[in-house]
Amino acid sequence: MSVAQRSTDGSGAAALPRRRGRTLWHRLDPKISPYLYIAPFFIVFGVFGLFPLGYTAYISLTDRNLLDPVSHFIGLQNYTALLHDSYFWNAVENTFGIWFLSTVPQLMLALLIAHVLNTQLRGRTFFRCAVLLPQVTSLVAVALIFTQLFGHDYGFVNYVLGTFGIHHVYWEAGRFSSWVAISVMVTWRWTGYNALIYLAAMQSIPEELYEAAAVDGARRWKQFIHVTIPMLRPTIIFTVIISTIGGLQLFTEPYLFQPRAGGGTGGSARQYQTIVMYLYEKFLGSTQFKFGYAAAIAWCLVLLIALFGLVNYFFISRIRSAEG
Amino acid sequence: MKGFHARRGRIGFLAVLIAATAIASGLAATGASASRHSNVTLTIDVFGDFGYHALYQQYMASHPGITIKEDSEDYAPHHTALAQHLATGAGADDIEAIEVGFVAQYAAQPRYFADLRQYGASKVKKQYLPWKWSQAVARNGSVIGLGTDVGSLGICYRTDLFKQAGLPTSPAKVAAMWQTWSDFLAVGKKFQKRAPKGVKFIDSGSNLYNAIVGQADPAYYSKSGKVIAATNPKVKQAWNLTMQAIKTGEDKGLSAFSNDWNTGFKTGTFATVTCPAWMMGYIQGQAPATSGKWNIATVPGGGGNWGGSFLTVTKQSSHQKEAADLVKFLTSAKSQAYVFKHTGNLSSKVSVLKSGTVRKFRNPFFSNAPVGKIFATSAMRLKPQILGPHQGDFQTASTNAIYRVEQGKQSPNAAWKQFLKDVNDISG
Repeated sequence: MSVAQRSTDGSGAAALPRRRGRTLWHRLDPKISPYLYIAPFFIVFGVFGLFPLGYTAYISLTDRNLLDPVSHFIGLQNYTALLHDSYFWNAVENTFGIWFLSTVPQLMLALLIAHVLNTQLRGRTFFRCAVLLPQVTSLVAVALIFTQLFGHDYGFVNYVLGTFGIHHVYWEAGRFSSWVAISVMVTWRWTGYNALIYLAAMQSIPEELYEAAAVDGARRWKQFIHVTIPMLRPTIIFTVIISTIGGLQLFTEPYLFQPRAGGGTGGSARQYQTIVMYLYEKFLGSTQFKFGYAAAIAWCLVLLIALFGLVNYFFISRIRSAEG
Repeated sequence: MKGFHARRGRIGFLAVLIAATAIASGLAATGASASRHSNVTLTIDVFGDFGYHALYQQYMASHPGITIKEDSEDYAPHHTALAQHLATGAGADDIEAIEVGFVAQYAAQPRYFADLRQYGASKVKKQYLPWKWSQAVARNGSVIGLGTDVGSLGICYRTDLFKQAGLPTSPAKVAAMWQTWSDFLAVGKKFQKRAPKGVKFIDSGSNLYNAIVGQADPAYYSKSGKVIAATNPKVKQAWNLTMQAIKTGEDKGLSAFSNDWNTGFKTGTFATVTCPAWMMGYIQGQAPATSGKWNIATVPGGGGNWGGSFLTVTKQSSHQKEAADLVKFLTSAKSQAYVFKHTGNLSSKVSVLKSGTVRKFRNPFFSNAPVGKIFATSAMRLKPQILGPHQGDFQTASTNAIYRVEQGKQSPNAAWKQFLKDVNDISG
């Protein structure tokens, strides 16, 4: 799950010429300089965020092909074609399936790990660093190694299953099995990251709340359910939203999971082709170079993420009010 | 050249080095006063190892004022970057290598490349295998690239497994058994009867299919450039033969270049594999311990090809004439013979294929098989096939269709129907 962590720092604020004296500038200074101080972010965002968004929207309304300089305005044709494209809906389904299989266990595990790390554990600094190790591992290396682990004939997972008398699973070929394999990669990589975020939030929960709960007779587990989780609500919402954005943009893990000869289609029957993989296939991954069509996919993805993010937000909020 | 390469990342150093070389060679040129070249740095972008480093040195020595700088990447990123560089009009090297799987799509866009006829390419046409030459010729007659190597096919087979199954093992007898692809499958059936447990005759259905389709002319595209995959009986015939191999249990159903396929070379889970010249190196790399267990026989049906490349001069280049001269040098018969001897990439020029260098070449890893002769014969027997811009995508679609049958997800009929639908979408 490649969560793009956009740097939003406004470093390098415009250096203003310092002029002395009661000039016009001196009077304007308090009005203008705040805008100048925040300008770098907006300029960078405009160039690298807003412009590409707008340009992609424009391209999605044309029949632009990467290798063909002549393109025509075709209105919403790409979008109507997309709505009738069964491979696109297949990719949407796969993306949500993999998202669900990876995010739910990931966040639950992260909560538990954070809870354990928050106790008076021996060598807890070591463990706190250790849970972050998957994060600093190269994504490509992770994908390649997990792909080997989930191999059909000689994969380690099948070997272990075999010792229990379970028949070899063709992880890559099956729909659900390939989702599971990819979800394991994602979960392995992101659980520690989320655990640290939860841990930071847990440490800011006032000790008095736990003391009061203890006085009321709540045991550790009850404290976790009735004090920790409600107090973590904003953090949980944050991680769910971030996981949603990252999960719906999933690309590298499933892309590398496919054997080379398959051509990036996400399995022979596209059983694990995600939306971004389909975008890539249309744009650069094949000889089609359908720039306009890929742009339309990109914008549909934006809408899906926004929509799904909202749904998640309301869902998580309701859980909390049920708790309260 | 290798030391030079290792420091490639240090741009400052490189710039100084290039400047120094340029000045030095410039001085040399003035001294000799024989050369009309000004100081020119030519960039050449390849994938993997084309085996050119010594040739660059030789060329720079004989052409004062010319400096050559090679960029090399992996196969897929190279071709993706090339598409981007051409589309955006910036970033392409003077010379760009293009693999056969991509060449048709660029031959359909000749405006990105210098027409090498302007630089005397027509003169070397006769030296080339006709099918190789025509692959880089655009519809308007423009020659966008000159051929480097070809990946002509043989069939690599495990003599130890053949012996266990009671089949003959010498290349001549083996080749005599499989004159046609139907014969090939019949041999497989025989093999399967007495084969060791878990061992299959063929590694991958799509490798078989691609070899058969590669011999058809026309295959996916008609002479006028129309997509005829759905109506061409030869394509359907290749499909049917592949389905037959799956049905009779001769096919291991592995995906080429997957981990299981790579391991299969070591453990011997399949007895044959379609083998272009470069595959010899691949097998040796994957399964060094199987040395002497392999042999190579002629491919059924007369010739075949998998891979091979072209060198093109881009329109973006500001030294198109100098670049074209270098391309002609690198693709000359002499250079191709040198590359074959040192890297094993098979030449695309008839004179080299007929020469003793190739004809007498034997490979000890493959039981001293006369591999040079087998590959050269295969290259010369192959008839040219009309390629089209979406050739590569059709291959991906057919490969996936065959996997769906191998993995038991679809019936042959349903897989074929979806393949035709994919072909339709891709070309639409």
